[in-house]
Amino acid sequence: MQPLEMSAVDLVAALRQGDITAVESATVFLDRIEATNGSINAFLAVDREGALARAADIDARRKAGKPVGPLAGLPVALKDVLCTSDMPTTCASKMLEGFRPPYDADVVARLRRADAVFLGKTNMDEFAMGGSNENSAFGPVRNPWDLSRTPGGSSGGSAACVAGDMAPVAIGSDTGGSIRQPAGLCGITGLKPTYGRVSRRGLIAFASSLDQIGPMARSAADCALIMETIAGHDPGDSTSLAVDVPRYTDLLDRPLAGVRIGRVPEHFAAGLDPEVAKGVEEAFAVLMAAGATVHDVQLPHAKYGIPTYYLVAPCEASSNLARYDGAHYGHRCKDLGQRTAGHTGGFESPLVEMYCRSRAEGFGPEVKRRIMLGTYALSAGYYEAYYAKALRVRRLIRQDYLDAFQTVDLIGGPVSATPAFKLGEKTDDPLAMYLVDLYTVGTNLAGVGGISFPCGFTKSGLPIGFQLQAPPLAEPLLLQAADRFQRLTDWHRRRPQAVGVAKT
Amino acid sequence: MSTSPQTLTSKDVAKVGLLARLALSEADLERMTGELSKIVGFVSMLGELDTADVAPLAHPLDTQNVFRDDVPVASLSTAEALQSAPRHDGSCFLVPAVLGDSGAA
Repeated sequence: MQPLEMSAVDLVAALRQGDITAVESATVFLDRIEATNGSINAFLAVDREGALARAADIDARRKAGKPVGPLAGLPVALKDVLCTSDMPTTCASKMLEGFRPPYDADVVARLRRADAVFLGKTNMDEFAMGGSNENSAFGPVRNPWDLSRTPGGSSGGSAACVAGDMAPVAIGSDTGGSIRQPAGLCGITGLKPTYGRVSRRGLIAFASSLDQIGPMARSAADCALIMETIAGHDPGDSTSLAVDVPRYTDLLDRPLAGVRIGRVPEHFAAGLDPEVAKGVEEAFAVLMAAGATVHDVQLPHAKYGIPTYYLVAPCEASSNLARYDGAHYGHRCKDLGQRTAGHTGGFESPLVEMYCRSRAEGFGPEVKRRIMLGTYALSAGYYEAYYAKALRVRRLIRQDYLDAFQTVDLIGGPVSATPAFKLGEKTDDPLAMYLVDLYTVGTNLAGVGGISFPCGFTKSGLPIGFQLQAPPLAEPLLLQAADRFQRLTDWHRRRPQAVGVAKT
Repeated sequence: MSTSPQTLTSKDVAKVGLLARLALSEADLERMTGELSKIVGFVSMLGELDTADVAPLAHPLDTQNVFRDDVPVASLSTAEALQSAPRHDGSCFLVPAVLGDSGAA
């Protein structure tokens, strides 16, 4: 089997056994990226030189009998929201074009220590705000299954590069579904861990009480492998959990007998595409055949998830993105005096004018919209009615999950209401785009974990995603259930034809 | 406390723009007034819920303050901190005047 077709688990084993060198493996993926990125636009930066140097060093150490890390030689793609000291980090924004962080994100440092080989940085919605990757300042990503369609977002580049065989594994981040939804639309597996399971240090902040980093790969087993490296306590992130990291890969192959899976009847309401509904119901049947039992559960406040999320997340974003001031790093407007036509003026001082113009030039429309919405909802006179209200409803939503997990071990259902939609289909209607997150935001508001994996295809050949959600720190069960499903089905092995089946 | 749908005026949006430190053109103002009114109207559906007895939940974890040992550790050097600054003089960030009229029309 060729590297492009191998699972991360198998590729790491082949590297360990010397069946392939790290340089050979990196070269195969770098060549694939070179051949296909023009049509997919999954990568914003590719570090061929750095990757090959790193791979050569790993090969040399291995040859000399020196110790190598658990992922030695495994190519990994990083969402461009993660700080890397040796590659640009832009968050797909003009604001950070060319920005070179002075340090690595904790996740990046852990992967380096494990001897992973970074291929490059993946495209995304600007500052991780979006569900279609069309908010990137550097052009949308195209879905490898149909180049006229979105890969989802915001981790669209990470999902598309795995689906398109440009990387065996990518790292994503998920604030309201940004790992699970693109994984679903691209036919790959993506895990959003429990809030705090993976350190957020060096993850460029969008909404700090919701953001979580996770793996995106072809299978649950590959996600388990990556989690063993990226999960764990980090003294540099006060919200990271000081809880031991399980050996996720050792916990996969356990029977599902007796595992209770909740099914939320409201998930199958009018807005759900019939083909998606069918795929999801068939996934429940597979899990039942594997020994799980399925029970109806209620999440009574689920319909308030989107409005709650679209207050909490923009409020936190408006605060987090205040740091882009044109003074410390990032875009700065040209000297004052050369005024742009049409600006409204009335600034308090030259400094404030510099802030306002730098930010107006650096941020794209959706980022501005969310900063404005959050600023409004936090402003005097509106704080209690909007932000505080949303926080109260957030408690009700979390309580729904805690109550449901008294009677079931997992909650299953669709990850998005439709398969991948056409590029441009929703760009004129911000609110329609927000509704894309219907099935995913609750997980983040509650701080629990979720996984998305393929459970079928539409007649037109687009992947359908299935989502499982679990109580805090039940990642072993999420991965076990998804892995069991993947032992019984082959949806996750299907490859898109749009960019050619992987051949070396 | 009212959460009935609000209609934002372009004057409201201009004020928020200044609070958010975003320069907005007249066209921006017009577009955003419409978009934000629509979004604010939508999120106002939370007003249906009686939350008088529900405490706000700002964070999904039961957070507590975290202290580290009181041991000095290295932080970024001045050079590292300045490496991406648009303007600096080698020891400080340089910005336009903090006080004074912006001179804008």
